[in-house]
Amino acid sequence: MLGLGADRLRADMNRLLAFLFHQGVLDEQFLQLQQLQDESSPNFVSEVVNIYFHESEKLLRNLRGLVLEREFSDYKKMGIHLNQLIGSSSSIGAKRLTNICVAFRAASDQNNPTACLRALELLEHEYCYLKNKLHEFFQIEQQRVMAAGVRYPIQN
Amino acid sequence: MTIDRSFVEPNDQFPLGMRVLAVDDDPICLKLLETLLRKCQYHVTTTSQAIMALKLLRENKNNFDLVISDVHMPDMDGFKLLELVGLEMDLPVIMLSAYGDTKLVMKGISHGACDYLLKPVRIEELKNIWQHVVRRKKTDSKEQNNSDKPCHETEGGQAVTVTGDSDQNGKLNRKKRDQKEDENEDQSTQKRTRVVWTVDLHRKFVAAVNQLGIDKAVPKRILDMMNVEKLTRENVASHLQKYRLYLKRISVVASHQANMIAASGGADSPYLQMGFLNGLGNVPSMVGSAQFQNTDVRSLSSSGMLDRLNTPAGLGMRGLSSSGMVQLGHADNLINPINNQNKFHEVILPGNQNGNIQGMPTPFEFDQLQHKNGVDHIGDLSSANNDSMVFPISSGLSDGNMNGNSSRNSFLGAPHNPVMLQGQPQGIKRDELCGNQSFVTVASSNREYSSRLADFRGCIDSWPAVQASEIQSNSFTSNDCFKQDTRSYLMDRKSSIAMDTGNKSNNNSSIAVVPAGFPVLRTDLQSQAAPRQQSNAEQNMNDTQKQGWDENKQNPSHGPNLMCSFLNSMIPPHGVPDPFSQRLDLENTICHRNANGNNMIGQRNLVDSSTVQHNEVEQSAIGTTAKPKQGNLINQRKPQDGYSFDDVGSLEDLVTAMMKQEEDKSNMREGGWVYI
Repeated sequence: MLGLGADRLRADMNRLLAFLFHQGVLDEQFLQLQQLQDESSPNFVSEVVNIYFHESEKLLRNLRGLVLEREFSDYKKMGIHLNQLIGSSSSIGAKRLTNICVAFRAASDQNNPTACLRALELLEHEYCYLKNKLHEFFQIEQQRVMAAGVRYPIQN
Repeated sequence: MTIDRSFVEPNDQFPLGMRVLAVDDDPICLKLLETLLRKCQYHVTTTSQAIMALKLLRENKNNFDLVISDVHMPDMDGFKLLELVGLEMDLPVIMLSAYGDTKLVMKGISHGACDYLLKPVRIEELKNIWQHVVRRKKTDSKEQNNSDKPCHETEGGQAVTVTGDSDQNGKLNRKKRDQKEDENEDQSTQKRTRVVWTVDLHRKFVAAVNQLGIDKAVPKRILDMMNVEKLTRENVASHLQKYRLYLKRISVVASHQANMIAASGGADSPYLQMGFLNGLGNVPSMVGSAQFQNTDVRSLSSSGMLDRLNTPAGLGMRGLSSSGMVQLGHADNLINPINNQNKFHEVILPGNQNGNIQGMPTPFEFDQLQHKNGVDHIGDLSSANNDSMVFPISSGLSDGNMNGNSSRNSFLGAPHNPVMLQGQPQGIKRDELCGNQSFVTVASSNREYSSRLADFRGCIDSWPAVQASEIQSNSFTSNDCFKQDTRSYLMDRKSSIAMDTGNKSNNNSSIAVVPAGFPVLRTDLQSQAAPRQQSNAEQNMNDTQKQGWDENKQNPSHGPNLMCSFLNSMIPPHGVPDPFSQRLDLENTICHRNANGNNMIGQRNLVDSSTVQHNEVEQSAIGTTAKPKQGNLINQRKPQDGYSFDDVGSLEDLVTAMMKQEEDKSNMREGGWVYI
């Protein structure tokens, strides 16, 4: 009974992942992250992703501040933040978000405030979406682990 | 920040246990890097501060075998760290960055990095980094054998030639020879800051040489004539040596002419000089005049070109980086095109004035169109009515269409992408047809982004920006693609796309121009929205597309397209969460909505609005009518899709599905993007 629940949950997890891959939200880098998770670091993925959320929110806040600055936008700083966001997003496999950041970076390279604002909005939107989805993913994972009753690593 | 302060003995089971110092201010990347390195069974020390890294290294450089460092760090520039490590500790340093711009890679190499990795870092790449340690050890021992000088001088000389490390073994010999020949000058030069032979400096040098007469030019006298501060006789001597080699090489073509031109300091001289400076590194002189180009380019194999990325080249290159002449990463792809395009280089300079376009493609386009205006407009992305930008590019292709479309293309990827330009106006039309204002907004922003990205990318793709998503994701996540044979990659994709485009009846103009490898699906999307447009658009698209293909065959970059398509494709997916979270079948939520011609996105938007912070963006961004097509996409994709949403029972299946998807991608040229 418990086993069945765990299996079903695992299927749900995989379906969610497949969906996200299909949408282009995530890419195979995320799978690489999962492959790094093992007995020695059983929560690797969620740890990394949580750090990512933490850092990204800071960066997004900063970016918002920079973009909405009325007088003189500091594009260079925007570029720096974006570089970091790109690096971390691509490292966890958040492909779509990374792409938006790249577009954003291009817009800031061109010193275009309208494009930057638009990019920021898209970015924030995408970030929310990603965060929701990943939280959902981790929730299912937690449930699955509990349902299974034992802690076993995600099979790759 | 983790600092392992225990002293670790070098491991005999090298490369296992190789001691790596990882430096990156981004905690995610750092953690990932650390885990990956541990997985490779290296011994890892991490720090998020460059200053701390230096401190660790200075404490005892024998503690570490290799350093991996991010390029962009707040407390110290990665390149600076790279130089210091190279100079003080002579350890191999690998640069790491999310940004794979050719200039940066060049900079890394010229500063002495033995490799340049792009984020996200993959474990396969890390598995091989030990080679740099071995190589350096070998080089060290060889140099020490050859040289009578004390160690630090050897290191100094080595620093000059250290860029050779990253390349093939053939370079070792050259390096040795260089080292022997240049040791005196380089050694003393190396002790100071490297002299960057900028165009101006070189011009002065050449003027001095010509005044003295090439045979009589001695470093001392040249130095006096140039009258430049901080330039030493040794700098001049080594530069003179290289210049002489260069002259000998081009003498086959027209040495006399070269000298004349150089001395005259005329309009051509920048070309010549750049050609020279390029030639120093034996890098094909993209900017040079035809004669130089032909000789140099043809004589170089792609590997050869990279081989020559030695310091001499590096010195020259840095000074010329603004001209964007060299795209080392793209050498493979560019050499042939260059050979074929004798004219384009003429145009490069103007293009490069913007400092944006860095590659063959730009000149390429210009050559085709013979419009230099386009280049000038590259920077001007903000203007909504960039007809001028559009037309030059498109004029070569099909004027009728372009003119017919309101070209709110800030696509300045235009030079990159004739086809793309066409796509844009079509995109606008589509929007209008759909009555989707928001879409237009997005589309225009996309165009802007794509144009920026075009510049950004430095390579130009002729594919419409709309399709960029695939390209974007490809180029982005696999910058290796660029380094590898992007051209063939693109060509493969292109050919496949070509067929698809032909097959798909829906070709929408804006999307129709799907470059190979790009989701043809987009095309389908568009078609529904604007059937009227399609026939014309399609025709044009196909025509231009073919043209574009031919023209852009060698253009590895995905440029502007990325932005546009990616932003376009961005829009729809957001709404999905709710259906999904209810565990609805994907089919139900997405695929089946097609038939209704529903606005999938719209629905999703509404549903999802509660979860979305920026509702206004969503509604504005996601038009109301354009979405069903995406459903179409999915529907069409589904049969070919590797995913079976119903029964993904295990992660293995998932991985398999992913693999299949990738495979499908290469076959179908669908990007992960497009599947909405």
